[in-house]
Order: sequence, then C-alpha cells, then structure tokens
Amino acid sequence: MNFEFQVIIDAMPSLLEGARLTVLITVAGLVGGMILGGVAGAARAYGNRFINLIAMGYIGLIRGTPIVVQVMFIYFALPLVAGIRIDALSAAIIAIVINSGAYMAEIVRGSLLSISIGYIEAALALGVSRWDVFRDIVGPLAFRRLIPPLGNQFIISLKDTSLFMVIGVAELTRQGQEVMASNFRAVEVWSSVAVLYLVMTTGIALILRIIEKRMKII
Amino acid sequence: MSLVEFKNVTKAFGGLVVFKDLNLTVEKGEIVFIVGPSGSGKSTVLRCINGLEEITSGALLVEGQDVADKKTNIREIRREAGMVFQQFNLFPHMTAMDNVCYGVRRARGASKKAALKVAQQMLEMVGLDDRSHHFPSELSGGQQQRVAIARALAVNPDLMLFDEPTSALDPELRHEVLKVIQDLAAGGMTMVIVTHEMSFARRIGTRLIFMDEGRIAEDGNPAELMSNPPNKRFSDFLAHIS
Repeated sequence: MNFEFQVIIDAMPSLLEGARLTVLITVAGLVGGMILGGVAGAARAYGNRFINLIAMGYIGLIRGTPIVVQVMFIYFALPLVAGIRIDALSAAIIAIVINSGAYMAEIVRGSLLSISIGYIEAALALGVSRWDVFRDIVGPLAFRRLIPPLGNQFIISLKDTSLFMVIGVAELTRQGQEVMASNFRAVEVWSSVAVLYLVMTTGIALILRIIEKRMKII
Repeated sequence: MSLVEFKNVTKAFGGLVVFKDLNLTVEKGEIVFIVGPSGSGKSTVLRCINGLEEITSGALLVEGQDVADKKTNIREIRREAGMVFQQFNLFPHMTAMDNVCYGVRRARGASKKAALKVAQQMLEMVGLDDRSHHFPSELSGGQQQRVAIARALAVNPDLMLFDEPTSALDPELRHEVLKVIQDLAAGGMTMVIVTHEMSFARRIGTRLIFMDEGRIAEDGNPAELMSNPPNKRFSDFLAHIS
C-alpha cells in the first residue's frame, strides 16, 4: 500500500475539529467529575451511615455498568423515563461527569483515609477547629497523594470520550470514521487519530508531572 | 483551683477498661511524671485531659471546666493544654516556622505578623531559629521534636502534656529534647510527662506517679519513691527499665 501524507493534510481540519470537541468534553466532564468525586469521596470517608450508603450506591452503580450503556441511557432513555431531552454534547459531558466522579470518589476516599491520624490529632490538640484541620492539613496532604491516580483517571476519561460516537457526538473518533467513510484511507486516518489522542494524553501526563514536581515536599 | 482534676474517672474502649475510678489532681507549677508498664493507661490519661479521648464515666475538670460537658468548648481546653507526641507529628508540608505559626494563627486568631514574632521567639527558645525554613523531613528526630514543643508552646498554654517525648529518638538525640523540657521546668511551666526516662524524672520532677493495670499504684516524690521502692511491683518495674 502507499501511505499518502496528502490524505492526512486534507483530513486534518475535520480531525482537529473532533479533537477540539474531545478536549471540551473531557475538560468539562473532569471538572464536574472532580467536584462530584470530591463530594462522594468525602461522604465515603467521613459521612454517617446513610450518606455513606448513598455514595456507595452511586459508585457501585456507575462502576458496575459500561460507560456506553450509561451515555445511551442518558441520551435515549432519559427522555422517555423522565421527559428530559438533552443534546448529544450535553449527554456526553454528563456521562463523563458521573462516570469519572465515581472512580475519583474512590481515589479521594483512599487519599483522605491515608493521612496519618497523628497529624490530625496534632492540629486538633492545638485547639484548631475541625474545618481548619481539614482545609489546612488533611486537604493539602491528601491532594498530593491524589495527583498520580487522578492523572490516570484523566487519561482514561479522555479516551472514554471516543465511545460517545455511539450517540453521534462529533468527537475525534467519530470524525475519523466520517473522514474514512468518504475516502476509505483507513491507515492514514486511524494513524492520525491515534497520534492526536497520544498528543492529548501526553499533554495531560506532562501537566500532572509539573504539578507533582511543584508539590514534591511532603 | 487545680489545673487538672480527675474524679473517679473510668475510661474503656468498648469492653476493654483502660483505667478505672482514677483520682488525680495536678496543681499549677507541678511537674508530674507518669511511669508504668506499657498498656497501663498512661497515654490515655494525657489524651483524656485535652479531649483526644472521651472519658467513659466520672468527672474530669481542666481549669475548672468539665471536659465531658457538651457546653464546654473543647478547643478552649486544648489551647490551654499543649501536647507533644511520641511521633512528633509535625505537618510535613509546612516549614518549621509555619508549623509553629499554625496554632497561633488558627487557634489564637493572631495576625500573620504577630504569629511570626511568637514563632521566632519559640524557635529561638528551643535553639532552632537557624532551621526555621527547613521542612520536617530535613530535620533530625531531636530537632523535629523540639519544633513540636515550640509549636505547642506558641499557643501559650497553661499546661504542657508530653506523651513519651523521647521514646522515638536515638539515645544521643534525647538529651537535646530533655534540655528543652528542663528549661521549661525552670521557667515554672506546669507539666504532665509520660516517659521512661527515670533519671530525668528524678532530676526535675516534683511528683512521680506509677500506673499499673489501670490504677495509680504509687504517687509521691520521685527521689523518695525511687530510692525506697515501696513494693515489689515498683522495684521490679525500676529494675526492668534501667
């Protein structure tokens, strides 16, 4: 076969358009996922039995079902069940929020519980309020332990957005498929798509490495 | 008013009774050493005073305030009862200076400038003003424990609680921590010290308490008790740890 760079050059505008959407879904989804995961993780670590049960139910439900099923449910079933109709892009973002939130909740819980009780007692013994101990001691220490597993989840979630082609979101994988449907150049198209994903995931890894380096003192 | 007053206090973890019907008062200016075999409840006595453990029954008054009373602000008691831990427990993400400033700012509500001034004095007192910008991981165990003492003192407590302050240290680093405690004693600080440093207790203690199986077995002058052990349990204990 002959590998033609011109094919890639021609395909690039639509692929980049798809990559832009992939980044948008990922960033919006992960911001929401971190908030949701933070709340659910704190609920698991510190909540009473009832709150804990709710958080466990959420995490169990999401981790126990495929993300494709989740997004299909949000996009196709929710309008029928609850009369809520949303566009495909919003459905994709919501799916990443609730999906990454469940995994991040476990990461957050693990980080919070890994902080030695000795630091907490030392701060309490000074006469500091529980909220201040959380904000000044537990939070910052847990955050440092959060970074490596969080980076992992960011990368997984970014790649998971490729599954949203099933609801017709014009993200990178979907764009690749559409380009290929018009020119039948599988090698050039899928190589380009793979490289674009690699650039994005490497970007995430680099950003997290910089953050980790800046906070190396613990 | 006594600084600390235990009245028939019992502490149990579930079914495990740590100490039972404990009566103990600590007056201002006293330097009370608590010794005894491990598991005899020494550390738990300290941890009840500042509310890190809740008492099971009886009454415990610190500066006249009942620690078990819901209306008591436990943070107020903790500000007056500084604690030093066996494992130092310095905040690892803060420099020595920030560690010492922390309580002054958050517990006493001091301004940043005022806190820095107090912290500077405290670090000078423990001889570590030249290490103020080091992180705990960059300090030796003895230095870490001295910073931890400075951190507790900075809040300006009326009473200091030491929970085996030298047990995690190499023998050659212990003296620098004991020196700081000795300086505090000379300054008139009221202290309750759980330790195995018997000769130190003899040197600076005003009172020695021997705890055994959850009760106070002996209570008296350190030198007298150690020179003439009143019973076999205590003389055996002395023989074991020296």
